[in-house]
Amino acid sequence: MKALWQRLLGGLTMFVESVRMSVANITQNRLRSFLTILGIMIGVTAVIALITTVSGVSTSISDSFTSMGAGTMSVAVTGNDLQAGLTGDNLEQITALSHVTGVIPGVAATVSVARGDAYESEISLAGKNPFYFSTTEAVARGRTLNPIDMDDAARVCLIDSDTVAEFFYGVDPIGQTLYINSQSFTVVGVLADVGQSITEMVSGSNAIIVPYTTALKLSGARLVTSVTVYVDGAAASQTVQTALENYLDALFSYEDDTYEITTMDSIQETMDSMLSMMSALLGGIASISLIVGGIGIMNMMLTSVTERTVEIGLKKAIGAEPAQIQIQFLIEAFLLSMIGGVIGVGLGIALSAVLCKAMGTTFTLSYGAIALGVGFSAAVGIVFGWSPARKASNLSPIDALRRM
Amino acid sequence: MSESSNVFFHMRNIVKSYALGDEEAVILKGVCLDIRRGEYLSVLGPSGSGKSTLMNIIGCLDKPTSGEYILNGSLIDDLTEQELARIRSREVGFIFQNSQMLPKLDAMKNVELPLIYAGVRPRERARRAEEMLVKVGLQERLHHKPNMLSGGQQQRVAIARALVTRPTLLLADEPTGALDQTTGAQIMGLFQELNDDGNTIIMITHDLKVARNARRMVNIIDGELSESEEATLS
Repeated sequence: MKALWQRLLGGLTMFVESVRMSVANITQNRLRSFLTILGIMIGVTAVIALITTVSGVSTSISDSFTSMGAGTMSVAVTGNDLQAGLTGDNLEQITALSHVTGVIPGVAATVSVARGDAYESEISLAGKNPFYFSTTEAVARGRTLNPIDMDDAARVCLIDSDTVAEFFYGVDPIGQTLYINSQSFTVVGVLADVGQSITEMVSGSNAIIVPYTTALKLSGARLVTSVTVYVDGAAASQTVQTALENYLDALFSYEDDTYEITTMDSIQETMDSMLSMMSALLGGIASISLIVGGIGIMNMMLTSVTERTVEIGLKKAIGAEPAQIQIQFLIEAFLLSMIGGVIGVGLGIALSAVLCKAMGTTFTLSYGAIALGVGFSAAVGIVFGWSPARKASNLSPIDALRRM
Repeated sequence: MSESSNVFFHMRNIVKSYALGDEEAVILKGVCLDIRRGEYLSVLGPSGSGKSTLMNIIGCLDKPTSGEYILNGSLIDDLTEQELARIRSREVGFIFQNSQMLPKLDAMKNVELPLIYAGVRPRERARRAEEMLVKVGLQERLHHKPNMLSGGQQQRVAIARALVTRPTLLLADEPTGALDQTTGAQIMGLFQELNDDGNTIIMITHDLKVARNARRMVNIIDGELSESEEATLS
């Protein structure tokens, strides 16, 4: 019992000394140690920054999906020869389906805008309905669109702050007239600067919003071909989809390919899998740099073993066991790699905080990523330190001492 | 008391050979050597005589091809690397031609090194290392690094390092080879003192004058050992 205790204590002493010797070796060759760990450092930084950033993006995307309302679905209608889209009555009928809270027709057009001497072409305009304004807090000043605007195809518009700056510098735009495709429109409201929503990320933001009926006229169309259907909760999504399919099938005489329904869930799933694929791909590329870093450590350790042949021989002559030599070199490789890993984790967190700030996504510290970075560098140290340590421990003391 | 029960250092028909292409080079040709506790022996031989090989075998750095070698009751025969390392740690204290201190460590740390591998605790290590350095007259130089020590002082550190594990056998390979005559004489004086204290010493040298410092002298020529006719100091 006492002998065992002694041996354990001896082993611990030996281990502590090995760590101390390794630290001494690492700090005595500062520049070389730094260059050696650079690879690991960069690799871990890259892995952490990528994982954290991608997870930040992913979080903010799914947040905006949730804010758009779970179970929301978008319908693209091509219709048939008799009716190549949806009429206002159709929209009302869809709104009347159970569990549907509302629909937003999507009518987009590119228009030219003029006021006085100011003129701008290629401005994106969207036609919306009153329900649109209940799904977003998009109006800073003035009023939103009302049902009468819809029925009358009224020439009223809401404009964003860029357009205000362009056409109404120093003037209150509300109540002023703006010429859109040479037709006079009255500005009734100003859109707020809100963060881009998912749909806007995909389609670009709208500078001008008008009643959808007006937008149809402007674009020369008669019917709505794109509709977003809002549902009162994700649970009803399937029911609504079926009801919608029945309605549209009946409307278009059960012909094929007259419409397509995309649910937000399926878009989100696609987004998620794309993001995780991207994450895995980038992580994989970053891991290559970890392996390169590991090879760097291996190279340095092999050089170190050759340089320290005499030292190793001497230590063996005065009683160091092969295992003791091996553990010392292994500890050194491990420490080098871990120092690189820990610095890399720090830099990675800093970098991803900066990136998240720049992209406007929320920065969440991922403990998983930190564990991965530290764990990976520990593994690299042991894997790539093994062979040099083994080489050192197998050095024959006679050959080593002959070089004295 | 029969001789065999009290064998301390016993070599019988030690043969060491290396394969050199098709031929076999025999370096040691049946060396027999017995040493009593407290003896001071020098092994005198020219270079190429096999004295380094003999030293490696005595120091348990190498294993004989055939023959029997017993050191302090342990049969050094077919031992693994690890077991040989344990024997070196416990039984043998090495002193090399150029002291071979680790350049980055001070005198104390250099002397402590063998104790680290023997698993001795830090406080005990420091105590024993200091004791040994005082014994070799370096009490003023405990924390000097090798580059701040003279050749003779470095060799004293090496002697302290060899002694610190309290080995059964002190094995010196050309201990004065790199030193000037005065310093060499001082080191030989220290060996004498150590031997007077009861340490068993084997010294390997090519220099007859150095070899004469020992109480007993053997010659090694062409791998064969013979007791020297020359009278040595007593």
